[in-house]
Amino acid sequence: MSKVKNVVIAGLGGQGVLKASDILADAAFRAGFDVKKSELHGMSQRGGSVSSDVRFGDLVLSPMVPPGEADVLLVLEATQVEINRPTLRPGGVLIGPDVLDPGALKNKKSLNVALLGAMSTALDIPEEHWLAAMYANLAEKLHTINEQAFALGRSAAIEQDTADR
Amino acid sequence: MTSERLLLSGDDAVALAALHAGVRLGTGYPGTPSTEILETFDQLGGRAQWSPNEKVALEVGIGTAFAGARTLVTMKHVGLNVAADPLFTAAYTDVTGGLLVVSADDPGMASSQNEQDNRHYARAAALPMLEPIDSQQAYDFTWLGLEISERWKIPVILRLTTRVCHSKTVVRPRTAPSATAEPTFERDIPARVMIPAYAKPAHHRLRQKLAEIAAWNETEGPIRLDDGASELGIVATGIAAMHAREAAPEARQLTIGLTYPLPMERIRQFADGVERLVVVEEGDPVLADTLRAAGIPAEGKPEMYRFGELNVARVRRILAGDNSPEPVPPKGKPPELCQGCSHRGVFEALRDLDCIVAGDIGCYTLGVLPPFSAMDTCVCMGASIGVGLGMRHVLPDDQARRVVSVIGDSTFVHSGITGIAEMVYNPPATGHLILILDNGTTAMTGQQEHPGTGRLLDHSPTGKISFEALAESMGVQNVHVISSQDKDQSLKDLIASLLAKPETSLLVARQPCVLAAPKIRFYEKAAAEQASQMHCTAEAAN
Repeated sequence: MSKVKNVVIAGLGGQGVLKASDILADAAFRAGFDVKKSELHGMSQRGGSVSSDVRFGDLVLSPMVPPGEADVLLVLEATQVEINRPTLRPGGVLIGPDVLDPGALKNKKSLNVALLGAMSTALDIPEEHWLAAMYANLAEKLHTINEQAFALGRSAAIEQDTADR
Repeated sequence: MTSERLLLSGDDAVALAALHAGVRLGTGYPGTPSTEILETFDQLGGRAQWSPNEKVALEVGIGTAFAGARTLVTMKHVGLNVAADPLFTAAYTDVTGGLLVVSADDPGMASSQNEQDNRHYARAAALPMLEPIDSQQAYDFTWLGLEISERWKIPVILRLTTRVCHSKTVVRPRTAPSATAEPTFERDIPARVMIPAYAKPAHHRLRQKLAEIAAWNETEGPIRLDDGASELGIVATGIAAMHAREAAPEARQLTIGLTYPLPMERIRQFADGVERLVVVEEGDPVLADTLRAAGIPAEGKPEMYRFGELNVARVRRILAGDNSPEPVPPKGKPPELCQGCSHRGVFEALRDLDCIVAGDIGCYTLGVLPPFSAMDTCVCMGASIGVGLGMRHVLPDDQARRVVSVIGDSTFVHSGITGIAEMVYNPPATGHLILILDNGTTAMTGQQEHPGTGRLLDHSPTGKISFEALAESMGVQNVHVISSQDKDQSLKDLIASLLAKPETSLLVARQPCVLAAPKIRFYEKAAAEQASQMHCTAEAAN
């Protein structure tokens, strides 16, 4: 049985943290994995800290990522990196908003999808499922702008990955 | 008979099952984490409606169930306190259509004023309780709960927790939706009129029903056994069962779905087969205490794990008997009133006037935080009015005159109207001031409608309660409305002038929620267009 992949997405209310985790969970679901996604969203609209856990693999039990066991931590807001860092396992991948040139985004609101693009190369989910999940979770008028954002993130991540070697 | 595969939250799974099982009406009052159930049920094509509060929601549900219709009633854990009165006596009655009452508990208080454990209600009201571990079971147990309810003519409680409500997990729904009988009235006075002459035998019937359900639970109940080594046996319920499977995959585990009445013989047999038995449950030691009272040597958890949610790490600690201090998670950014929120000006005025503020439940409870720090009490829905009056009655005059009750529009409809009756009937010597913060929506839970908005759950138009007309008709001496067009200074002045009068006053501060305003405009436009079309049609018909 393959190991469960643990992803935590964090940021502030209104940034699209939950939308991003919906898209990730749906993409993993479309790729045929067992998926669980969990968060607390009672206060999310009031600008407070928000985080969402997504786990996928052959069989997922608890819906929450245990502290220190996240394989990937995706953070949409720089101020939220440190408070979420304890969730990351040693050697886990941190993706923060600084992986992108903020000027390159046509619409700031698609930062969540752009960062999903950056994360997409680190996860074993084919691109077709990412795109299908994005279309299913976003209003049609937002598809084009988010396609661009996703592609921007995907190329940024690849560039950074190459540069690191 | 597996069918399509879906990724659903627990709330959405309940809604889908309700639709498939032929629920005729869903009622409830919004409350995190239960709110999405009725919204989804409506979107899927079910008939759903918000009630003014949970008590009324359950009473409507009892009526539909008496009429033979399958019924779903939803609320958060504290909502069941409001609905407890009808719940305890509905237990004595015979329902005809299945009646499933959803209690969505919030261990850890993600968005609640307490973390009460509503498993106590099953025992106290003597009602069967189902506790799903994930969305699949939320789906399955919605069906099962309705079936148990109809078989034994008894209301059933489906207890969810925040992590079950809001986690998305894979669901395979049943393929064949249920065909249910058409509602029809059948007179059965002894089973439904709870005067002592009928209630006394009804109590005996209730206990008999529970005994039969317990026997059924032993042999056919939703019990899951995960085999494992005999060194460690775990008995678990709800989401804690999933944490336990992950924390101790080598253990033998009994996961109980129908947690009241318990399958005690199954548990006893399980206990006999393991060397060490640990109960893994979130919240109060309800299950551990019950097993120990029955002479089953079960270990519970150290007291520190009564507080907050469980997770895999905490279950590992429970199994290791570790009660050393836990690492404190880093504090995130707290929520705050939105920029542009209509409540901001109100709390600035209350702060500047040095008011003693009896507060209530909603977004505006955030007025307690800096830079306002303008709330002194918050207990439960509607308590602002009674608590404010109580303080007025006994404080020295100079302090009493500073007391204001602050309540939101939806909360006012929920439990504030009886507070006005109290104020008019028992007015304090210094008078009193109630401030209704009317932002035109139930904002905190995600902008649901209520009887003061004039729109139904699906946002279509309906009758509307006028708070000011209501207050006038009830005999409040000064009734004022101040809207967003007025300047902040006049709000402050108006509050000051009303506080100076030894009279009863109600001030409605009316400005739409900044998040809801665009939608409200859209609904109003749609309603106006519909009304003008109907007018045209009527003209044409004439």
